[in-house]
Amino acid sequence: MGLTIPAFVGRIAFSALAALIGVVFALPLLWFLFAPFNARAELGLAVPDPWTLSNFFTVFGNSYAVQALWNSFIQAIGGVILVGAVATLAAYALSRSSIPGKGAVTYILLLFSSVVSGSAAMVPIFLIISAAGLMDTHLAVILTFAGGLLPTAMFILRDFIDSIPKSYEESAMVAGASPVQAFFDVALPVIRPGIVVIVVWSFVNIWGSFLIPFILLRSDSNMPASVAIYSFYSEAGTPIVTLLAAYSLIYSLPVIALYLFVSWRFGFRFFGGIKA
Amino acid sequence: MSNRLRAFAFGLAGATALAAPALAVDLDVTCRCVIGGVNSGTAEWIENSVIPAFEAAHPDFNVTLNQFGGEDAQLTQQLALDFSTGAGPDVTAFDGFLIPSFVEGGLLKPLNEVAGAAVDSWTGWAALSEGSRALMEYQGAYYGIPLGTDVRMLYTRKDLLSEAGIDADNWQPTSWDDILAAARAVKQAKPDSFPIQLNAGVAMGEATTMQGYWLALLGTGEAVTDESGKFIVSSQGILDTLNLYKTIYVDEQLGDQRAQLLADGRNRSFANFRDGVTALLFEGDYFYRSVTPEGSEFAVPNRDAVLGWAKVPAKTPGSGIRGQDFVTISGGTGFVINPATDAPAEAWAFLSFMNEPEQLAAFQAIQPRITARTDVEIPNSPFLTETSQELLPLTTARPNDPNYNAVSAEIQRMTEAVVSGELSPEDAMAQYKSAVIAIVGEENTVSLL
Amino acid sequence: MTAEPTASPPKRKPRNFALLSNWAGAAFLTPAGILVSVFVIVPFFWIIFVSFTNRTLLGRTALNPEWVGLGNYLALFDPATFFQRGQFGFSLILTTQFVLASALLGQALLGLLLAWLIQTVPPAVKRITETFVIAAWILPEVVIGFAWFAFLDRDQGTLNMIIEGLGLPPGDFLLQQPFWVIVVFNTWRGAAFSMMLFSSAFSSIPPSYFQAADVAGASSWQKFRDIGLPLIRGHIVTDLILITMWTFNTFTPFLLTNGGPSYRTELVSIYNYRVAFQDFQFGKGAAVGVIMMLINLAFALIYLSIGRKKKVR
Repeated sequence: MGLTIPAFVGRIAFSALAALIGVVFALPLLWFLFAPFNARAELGLAVPDPWTLSNFFTVFGNSYAVQALWNSFIQAIGGVILVGAVATLAAYALSRSSIPGKGAVTYILLLFSSVVSGSAAMVPIFLIISAAGLMDTHLAVILTFAGGLLPTAMFILRDFIDSIPKSYEESAMVAGASPVQAFFDVALPVIRPGIVVIVVWSFVNIWGSFLIPFILLRSDSNMPASVAIYSFYSEAGTPIVTLLAAYSLIYSLPVIALYLFVSWRFGFRFFGGIKA
Repeated sequence: MSNRLRAFAFGLAGATALAAPALAVDLDVTCRCVIGGVNSGTAEWIENSVIPAFEAAHPDFNVTLNQFGGEDAQLTQQLALDFSTGAGPDVTAFDGFLIPSFVEGGLLKPLNEVAGAAVDSWTGWAALSEGSRALMEYQGAYYGIPLGTDVRMLYTRKDLLSEAGIDADNWQPTSWDDILAAARAVKQAKPDSFPIQLNAGVAMGEATTMQGYWLALLGTGEAVTDESGKFIVSSQGILDTLNLYKTIYVDEQLGDQRAQLLADGRNRSFANFRDGVTALLFEGDYFYRSVTPEGSEFAVPNRDAVLGWAKVPAKTPGSGIRGQDFVTISGGTGFVINPATDAPAEAWAFLSFMNEPEQLAAFQAIQPRITARTDVEIPNSPFLTETSQELLPLTTARPNDPNYNAVSAEIQRMTEAVVSGELSPEDAMAQYKSAVIAIVGEENTVSLL
Repeated sequence: MTAEPTASPPKRKPRNFALLSNWAGAAFLTPAGILVSVFVIVPFFWIIFVSFTNRTLLGRTALNPEWVGLGNYLALFDPATFFQRGQFGFSLILTTQFVLASALLGQALLGLLLAWLIQTVPPAVKRITETFVIAAWILPEVVIGFAWFAFLDRDQGTLNMIIEGLGLPPGDFLLQQPFWVIVVFNTWRGAAFSMMLFSSAFSSIPPSYFQAADVAGASSWQKFRDIGLPLIRGHIVTDLILITMWTFNTFTPFLLTNGGPSYRTELVSIYNYRVAFQDFQFGKGAAVGVIMMLINLAFALIYLSIGRKKKVR
């Protein structure tokens, strides 16, 4: 198919515009490509001379910061497992059972979950966790996130399950499987892509969060990386940008890796209400 | 926040304690102090003197120091949330002015209620003057042991003043006009300087109220509360104070407006003084003891030669509080015990140990300061001896009121509104008035205009 | 593929026979029910209760909170102080402007433009642009906050470096134009969502529509206006409501500006945090939370009613 000259110019202009927007989006992040590898990095953009990994060694020498990465990991994995398991069960029930009032429950849950946001409900969440004696535990963060992320996760998954023909499980049950076996052996493998979406989405949300752990955790030994990043300040309280940059990069890696994984494995297709 | 490792160690110790009965008692101590950073001397003292000596005397104790490097207000926030949830360190440094609001909120308990009769029989109480004990006292009960008090003054950069043609060695202003005149002279000599730093704004927290607002307000003959303890919400003194801020930061740009507004403003103010941008800095003796010693981030190069100090003058001679020519204000810090501590007896043992003369003498050797105990000498520190002798007789204290902390936050907002140029002094004061009435109730306020 | 976040695929005829018995269904639902009840529904009612008290964390009312009825609400809406900076009304108005500028105009328009552009540009350009736009969206908020802090620094920041490179005077953005900083910041941070939603909506339009238009010699703008836009109208409504709710509740700008200087970037969520966790006024903070939830409720009802209409259709 030949292109007319105006169409060709149009294509070029479109590409240039898209590239320009891409550059504008990249600009604030450019600093993170250089500063972690520069032993003398400042707030300004500068190409490291020489490139070095010394910032990373210093960061790994700070056991509090390393512990915090581990804490982030515990909280994110714990939350992901809880959200994934509980949402799958609930979504399956919403899709495949005929409990009376199902529709109303669905509607109310969806309504509450959109209305009660973390920044609106921080006072009662603090008081509940405190009253339950869970203050300053990983469990507090995990449960709070699970509660907050669950409704959305359930609806995304229910849509997935609804789109799978019931005949899959029916034929298994005709062959003598119990409903529970049908769920685990037949349905679960089919809805796995949906679960991956939930897992990635929950992980990114918990991994990146600042406010909830900041309020619910008290001791340094439990703080996740999002809070520990503020430990890279000098004794007098000014930021040590070299270490901050290196730590930020390490802290961002799991999220970047997940993005690459998802876009390689599934294509970064859009799965709906990603991200609360 | 650079050294929170001990908290990590403590967490691990806590976890293992669940598994097997631990032999050692773990004690967790927090202060806003970091070796090499803020209050470095305090951190060195606890880490290198108190803890080793204490652990030697009590082999089954394991004490760890949490060096908190954030701002005062952040530590207050952390302690308030900690104490309200039964978490937090066993023993912590604590600013005396916060005691009423913490006590009323049920977050602190009298020492003898936490640790029992051992508190009342401590011999150290007798060595504390009544005034010192009052620093950590509320309604007749003691909540902590005071470490010492402080005074506030006007620091000068003698080199900058000399450049502006002022006799820096003998410069002692006797009115606000004297200060402004000196600042204008410096500004003239160095147009890109910001000669005055009088703390303002929300970001600096209590440092705005204590080192800024109070020092000016006392010079007008007023305080934050009147003699009966009612908060003054509208007065000529407040207006004069706010107009002074306006002159400095808005009308004549004699001060660094950005440093009052940005989140890291206090450090910027220290950096300005270090870099010779600011010539006149209102600060406490803390600035000399902890901020500027050699080797610290804001060390003033060649400090002995370039740093001077003057008494803070009243607005005009004799117009200060109680008719004084010069004014200052003191606060007090000490250490308190977390009422939710698992080891109250051990916490008290540590707290009293660190306040025995041997340990306090060790502290004086690291960093001389004005002590609370009468049986501990201030070693040879001309600066400290001179300032405390000159200023302690003039000093004032903050009201011992559970609402003071909240009102202080409103004071900070009021100064920020003026310094940013957003509100006129009159409007800012009107806003302050309605905010304070909302906090304490109209019956606890008084208008003098 | 549907891009509709919550709408179901076409409904099948309900069957008499369910795969899961009511018993098993209830058992499957119980864990979710407990978690959601404790962390979503209980907070909802608790916050309403606390908002009628003067509970604090420090001071006398920490231990003995009093019932103050509508006192907290009356204080928030006190006409004498409502519009003052650092007060609730100022925050609310600021947040409204913030949502209008950064979500409805910034994110949605930029997302739409990007979604349209990446349909037509070469794959390499598409992939690079997409990657950075999505990176802005998925990276942890504290990292993004610091990246922008460095980017905007008056003396060394990359932005001023570029501006000076172009021969223009540098700016003190965080201090002089803090509101526009957080608007641009939030647009940058969230445009990816709209881009992905619109681009999946565009890709669900049958290609034959566009081929027909190409044959007729239509320009890109005409195709966008006459084919693309009308066919994704439903998605635009969905997008606008979702990003409005998220932007309304976002706390991320706090990590860049702390709500300052002088409360000029104090969004309602940040105001709520300050009142509750810096001033320790839990009662008043709860009242702010209730108002936020009422506003969320309004948006959620609109959204759900649109979703229902679609299902019916």
